[in-house]
Amino acid sequence: MRIIKDRAIIEDAWRHLTDEEIPSNGKVSVPFARWQVERDVLTGRDGEIGVRLSGVEPLDELAADLGQLQLIVLEFPKFTDGRCFSYARLLRERYGFAGEIRASGDFLADQIYYMARVGINAFEYQGPEPLEQILRQLEIFSVRYQPAVDDQGLLFSRRYNR
Amino acid sequence: MYQYDEQDQLLVEQRAEQFRDQARRYFEGRLTEEQFLPLRLQNGLYIQRYAPMLRIAVPYGHLSSRQLKMIAHIARTYDKGFVHFTTRQNIQMNWPKLEDVPAILSDLAKVQMHAIQTSGNCIRNTTSDPLAGVCADEVEDPRPYCEIIRQWSTLHPEFAFLPRKFKIAVTGASRDRAAVRVHDIGLRLLKNEAGEVGFEVIVGGGLGRTPMIGKVIRPFLEKKHLLSYLEAILRVYNLHGRRDNKFKARIKILVKEMGVDEFRRQVEDHWQSTQDKLLLEDSVIAWYQSRFIKPGYDPSATPVAWQEERRQNKAFSAWYTHNTVEHKVTGYRVVFLSLKPPGEAPGDMSASQLEAVADLADRYSFGIARVTHTQNLVFSDVRESDLLELWQALAELNLATPNVGKLTDMICCPGLDYCALANASSIPIAKEIHARFEDLDYLYDLGEIRVNLSGCMNGCGHHSVGHIGILGVDKKGEEWYQLTLGGSSADDASLGMRLGPALAKDQVATAMETIIQTYVDLRQEDESFLATVRRVGVDPFKERVYANH
Repeated sequence: MRIIKDRAIIEDAWRHLTDEEIPSNGKVSVPFARWQVERDVLTGRDGEIGVRLSGVEPLDELAADLGQLQLIVLEFPKFTDGRCFSYARLLRERYGFAGEIRASGDFLADQIYYMARVGINAFEYQGPEPLEQILRQLEIFSVRYQPAVDDQGLLFSRRYNR
Repeated sequence: MYQYDEQDQLLVEQRAEQFRDQARRYFEGRLTEEQFLPLRLQNGLYIQRYAPMLRIAVPYGHLSSRQLKMIAHIARTYDKGFVHFTTRQNIQMNWPKLEDVPAILSDLAKVQMHAIQTSGNCIRNTTSDPLAGVCADEVEDPRPYCEIIRQWSTLHPEFAFLPRKFKIAVTGASRDRAAVRVHDIGLRLLKNEAGEVGFEVIVGGGLGRTPMIGKVIRPFLEKKHLLSYLEAILRVYNLHGRRDNKFKARIKILVKEMGVDEFRRQVEDHWQSTQDKLLLEDSVIAWYQSRFIKPGYDPSATPVAWQEERRQNKAFSAWYTHNTVEHKVTGYRVVFLSLKPPGEAPGDMSASQLEAVADLADRYSFGIARVTHTQNLVFSDVRESDLLELWQALAELNLATPNVGKLTDMICCPGLDYCALANASSIPIAKEIHARFEDLDYLYDLGEIRVNLSGCMNGCGHHSVGHIGILGVDKKGEEWYQLTLGGSSADDASLGMRLGPALAKDQVATAMETIIQTYVDLRQEDESFLATVRRVGVDPFKERVYANH
C-alpha cells in the first residue's frame, strides 16, 4: 500500500500480522502481547520487526526491547483517543527510539500535523483525502509555540537565542 | 495587555484558514458530523438549541477598545446584536450561522483574537484575577505567566485529544479572585521562606456534576519549571484519565481514584525526565513581561474623595461604594461595570453598549476593559478625578447598577433559553430574584452574597460554589430547582450543602426571600451570610423554607 513516510509518498512493504504464522523473512509487525510471547521466534528470523501499540500497553516493559525493533505502529483505536500522542513522545524523548513510528487505525487528516510534532514519521492514512493533500497538512502551521520532538525550547527562546 | 508579534498574528491567521478548509470539507461531505465535531469544538463552535454558539477566547479576560469594537461589529453583522460574557472570562454569541464562522474567525484575527480551544477536550482559556496588576495584595503580576501558558497550550501537539476539557487558573494575589481551587490546575504565585517567588500547584479541583476542591500537589515550584511541571501533569492525565465514561473523565476523578500521593509520584517521575528540556529562563519571563504595555499613570494624579458630591448624590455615592475599589497607584481607582441590571439577562451586552464601552475605555482607562469570572467588566485604571463623569456615562448605558458583589450580582448560565445541555431555565429565575431584591438599602444591609445559577449539573453557573447555589433539574419534563447553601470559590473554598428537596419554578424566588430573612434573623452583628451558614448549618434555613410544604 501507499503510505507517507518522512514527508514523501512511498510504497510500503511491512506486513502487519494478526493470527497468521510468522514468515521466515521480510518486514513484519505483531501486537505487543504477541511480541512478549514470541520474542525469540521473531528475533531469530531474517527480517525487520515491528510492534503495534494502541495506548494501553505498559511502555516501560517495552523500553529494553526497543533496540531490537525497527518499527512501532501506533494503532489509534478512535481518532478522539489521544493517548498515542503521549506514547510517541515518550518513545522518542524518554526511551530514545530512533526507528520508524507509524500511525494507523482511526485518525483524521487534520491530526497529522500534531502527530508529526510528537515524533510520528509515517502515516497509513485511509481517509478520503488524497495523499498529496495529506503532505500539505504537515505544513499547515509555520508557528510552533512549544517544544516537542521536532523543535526544542519555547518559540521565544528559539528566536531570542538565534 | 499583551501585544502580538508577527508570529502570534501569523498563527491566528493560519488557524482561521485551517478552519475555513475544514468547514468546506464538512459541507462537501468529506468530514462526517462525528469527525467535524472535535474540530469545530476546538474552534469554539457548538451546535446549540436554536443555532450554533460561538465562544470567543478572551485570554485572562483582557479586551482592548479595538477588540470591543470588532466584537460589536461581529455581533451586529453575524448575530442578533448582543453577546454574553461567561465565567471563563470569554464571550459567547448565540446566533451565528455555521457558514459565517470562517469569516468571523478571520475578522477576529484582524484584532489579535481567536476562538482556539475555547471548547473540546483540550486545554482551555487560562483565567486570572480581574484585578491583576492593580491590586495591592499581589506578590507578582500573574498575566505574563497566563500568556506563557496560553502560548504553550495553543495547538499543543500532545494534548489536543485529552479525556476531557482542561482548565487552568492563575492568581498572584493573597486573596483568591480567580477560583484557583476549583480548576483542573490552579496556580498561586507566592514567596517561599527564602523570599523567592514561585508557584503553589493545586490539581483536581472542579465544578460540574462531581464538584471537588483541588489538592496541593506541590507547595512551591520554581518559576523556571512551570511549563515542564504542567506538561508532566497533563501527560499523566492524558495517559491515565478515564476515557470509558465522559462523566468520570476529568482529572479530579483520576486524582481521587489514583490517590494524590501516587498521582504526584507519577507526575514527578515524568517531570524528572523532561524538566531540563523545557526551562523557563528569566530572560524569557522578562520578554513576556515586556510585551505587556504598562499604563502610563500620571504621577501628578491626586486622590479625590468626592465627599461633597456623595453627600448630595445618593446614587453616585452608592456606585462609588459598591462598584469601585482601591488601586495600588495614588489618584486611581478600579471601576466595575455591572452587567446585572434589573430585568436583563446577567452577563449580556448589546453591540451599542460594547462600542460605547470601547470609547469610554479609551477615554478613561487606557483603552482596556477586563472581564471578570462573575460576568461583569472592569475598568482597571481610572483617575479618581474622572469618576463622576464616568459614572454619568455608565449610568446612561445602564452599566452602573450599584450591586457588584451583592445578592443581585448573580452568576448565571444561559440555561434553557439557549443551551442544548440545559434541563431548566436560569435567566428568568435570575430576573425574578432580582425583582424581589430591588430595595438597595436592604441589599447593602445584607452585605456580600454570591448567588450562582446553573441550568444543569454541568455547572457553568458555578452553583456548587455559590453562597447560595441554584441548580436547575428536569423532573418529568418540568423545571425544578435544587438549592445549596454555604459554597465558596475563594480562599476558604467549599462546596454548598443541599437545602432539601428541589423546588418548583414558581417557589424559588420566595424561597430566596425566606433564606435571606432567616439570615437576617440569625446573624450576629456584622456576620456575613456565608459565616452565618457555616456557624448554624443548613437546618434553620431548611425548616423555614419547607415550613409550608
